[in-house]
Amino acid sequence: MSTSAILGATPQSAHARVPAVSPLARRPPAPPRLDHLRALEAESIHIMREVVAEFERPVMLYSIGKDSSVLLRLAQKAFHPGSIPFPLLHVDTTYKFREMVEFRDRYTAQIGARLIVHTNQEAITDGTQPFLVGTQRCCGLLKTKSLLDALEAGGFDAAFGGARRDEERSRAKERIFSLRDAKGQWDPKNQRPELWNLLNGRVRPGESIRVFPLSNWTEIDVWQYINVEQIPIVPLYFAKEREVVVRGSALIMLEQPFVPLLPGEHPQMIRCRMRSLGCSPCTGAVRSEADTVPKIIEELIATKHSERQLRVIDHDQDGSMELKKREGYF
Amino acid sequence: MSGLLRICTAGSVDDGKSTLIGRLLYDSRAVYEDQLHSVKVASRNRTAGPIDFSLFTDGLKAEREQGITIDVAYRYFATARRKFILADTPGHEQYTRNMATGASTADVAVLLVDARHGVRVQSKRHARIARLLGITDFVVAVNKMDLVDFDRGVFETISDDFAELLPDAQLHPIPISALHGDNVIASSDRTPWFTEPSLLEYLETVEVDHNLAAKPFRFPVQLVLRPTHDFRGYAGQILSGTIAPGDTVTAWPSGRTTRVTRIVTWDGDLEIAHSPMSVTLVVEDDIDISRGDVLALGDPHVSRGFEAEIVWMDERPLDPARVYLLKQTTRTVTAEIDRRFLLNQIASAHVTTSRPLIFDRYGDNRATGSFILIDPATNFTAGAGMIVNAAGEQVATATQPSAAERLARLARTAATDADAVAAVRRALEELLK
Repeated sequence: MSTSAILGATPQSAHARVPAVSPLARRPPAPPRLDHLRALEAESIHIMREVVAEFERPVMLYSIGKDSSVLLRLAQKAFHPGSIPFPLLHVDTTYKFREMVEFRDRYTAQIGARLIVHTNQEAITDGTQPFLVGTQRCCGLLKTKSLLDALEAGGFDAAFGGARRDEERSRAKERIFSLRDAKGQWDPKNQRPELWNLLNGRVRPGESIRVFPLSNWTEIDVWQYINVEQIPIVPLYFAKEREVVVRGSALIMLEQPFVPLLPGEHPQMIRCRMRSLGCSPCTGAVRSEADTVPKIIEELIATKHSERQLRVIDHDQDGSMELKKREGYF
Repeated sequence: MSGLLRICTAGSVDDGKSTLIGRLLYDSRAVYEDQLHSVKVASRNRTAGPIDFSLFTDGLKAEREQGITIDVAYRYFATARRKFILADTPGHEQYTRNMATGASTADVAVLLVDARHGVRVQSKRHARIARLLGITDFVVAVNKMDLVDFDRGVFETISDDFAELLPDAQLHPIPISALHGDNVIASSDRTPWFTEPSLLEYLETVEVDHNLAAKPFRFPVQLVLRPTHDFRGYAGQILSGTIAPGDTVTAWPSGRTTRVTRIVTWDGDLEIAHSPMSVTLVVEDDIDISRGDVLALGDPHVSRGFEAEIVWMDERPLDPARVYLLKQTTRTVTAEIDRRFLLNQIASAHVTTSRPLIFDRYGDNRATGSFILIDPATNFTAGAGMIVNAAGEQVATATQPSAAERLARLARTAATDADAVAAVRRALEELLK
């Protein structure tokens, strides 16, 4: 996306804005200090603007989850009164929860964002699914390869992602501007130093960067921001009675016909919610009573388990997130 | 007291930094049970005691295999009193650049030292880098006190050594055992002679002066937003100071003044804004302002030459015959440096830029006094700099060779003909900009 495209963008329609006066606008002139959420917001906006200033064709990876919702709101803020000057890219494995896809189509249309949906159709036609080829290969084909193909097809030189450093230990090491070679791969041992707020956006032809504006946010920060900003999120995050099977510590929703029932398993109604959204066969729900954002925050403060615990794909081998990232996964 | 504290840790390899951080995270319950479980499983493959806390922070496979920290890792934890962002930085000398990275945004440095070994070369080096990067508050965490029987004399010798090393800093020595938790979260009864607060108590209560909002207004323009014909706004982050509609600001480097008419945000127009907010400013006059220009109140330095402390972070030495890219705030220019630097070398140098920079002394303003150097051949972030003093324009002019001299020198000093052609082409492109 070039600067000229921003200049030509139309301003947002008034009804797309949240009408309520935000805490930012209400803030009294003194004392001149930001609370930590507003400081994080300002940092993320700065990062997004640097990308748009220094790259030709940015794109935002849109995974439909809570972090993506926050990224979208930050992008709206960063370029106001213009519209978001880059498209959103959803890498659709076709195994996402139905409610995620419904939310995606409704919300992106509502805010007037440009959405690209990409699926590795060849792999789907070949019958790729986690129980047939294993989770590593399934992720490799439907997420990593699909993502790299979509980035190449779009000629994107910068891709925003919602990953946070507090999520997983290899992500804790990643830069805000994270260089990828021509094959989309990450070299964690040779990262560029990143000092102050000075981001090095120089890439060679073919190379690209992944950009993580939420690097310094924690899971609680994301939820508190969603609460303060009243950001719409997928209803799967809220507790309600859902039909699931109990599998180990996870509750699995049987949305895909190929998910097998193991011996002794039977579908049952359990009040639960998703803490992290992924593909329905590989993402477990947790028992929960939290049906509002404030209740989710309360629950998080009390919990003893990390949000990615029920993401099967993080645990399929030692250092599995790092390996996926090196290959080009987010 | 600020609600957010940024910390960096430093020290020699094996002094136990990662263990200390693992302990802080574990004891402040920032580590979840499943993460603890995966660490317990991994610990069985190694020889570091019951729970190897460093496995929380050593996120890369190579680090876990070699048992060392290679890259800076960021960790987040909170207590009832404060939120913390902690940069865990490597001890090995070859990763000094990551130490500088961690220190660049930190308010407080925690220097770890092994009680058995005292102050070592690497400790001195890290203390110096942290001080150079503007940190004034230091915790000297004398670790592994259990291995010297909590000997007060050992602790005091090390404290004195650091006091000599950092005469102009605020030092807070604390005797700890990261492995066993002494004086990390709570005071230890094994050091009855030590009556100061524990490490966490200190971090929760230390007052750091980063009130940038009280400093002169500095607003580097990131983007010019022109969504419609009747709107033209300058998007950027306020690096320091406060601004309100009606304020007269100067646009640098043009030096033209104008008045701010609106502070535009998605949440509505603001009556006042301050650092570190990201906003969009609309001004009264139709003057030429673009990315890299700075809107300011008061007088920043505007110059093409200055003295800077430079940390070199690239294996390829800094070659004074070459031209580097210099990024400072939102402005990227080409620059020449008047001396050679080797990897990990820290020294002062004179920098001459192709176009003027708008800056403050680093000691006055970290955000406008800092820059990075990028090697245009590799695009690697090869150096980091802190501006010490503006050289007068006269000095800058005097040391600036003519364009022809520069091109001739570039061609002469290139290793191969192809390099010479590339270097001259780059320099010409820059001249024609």
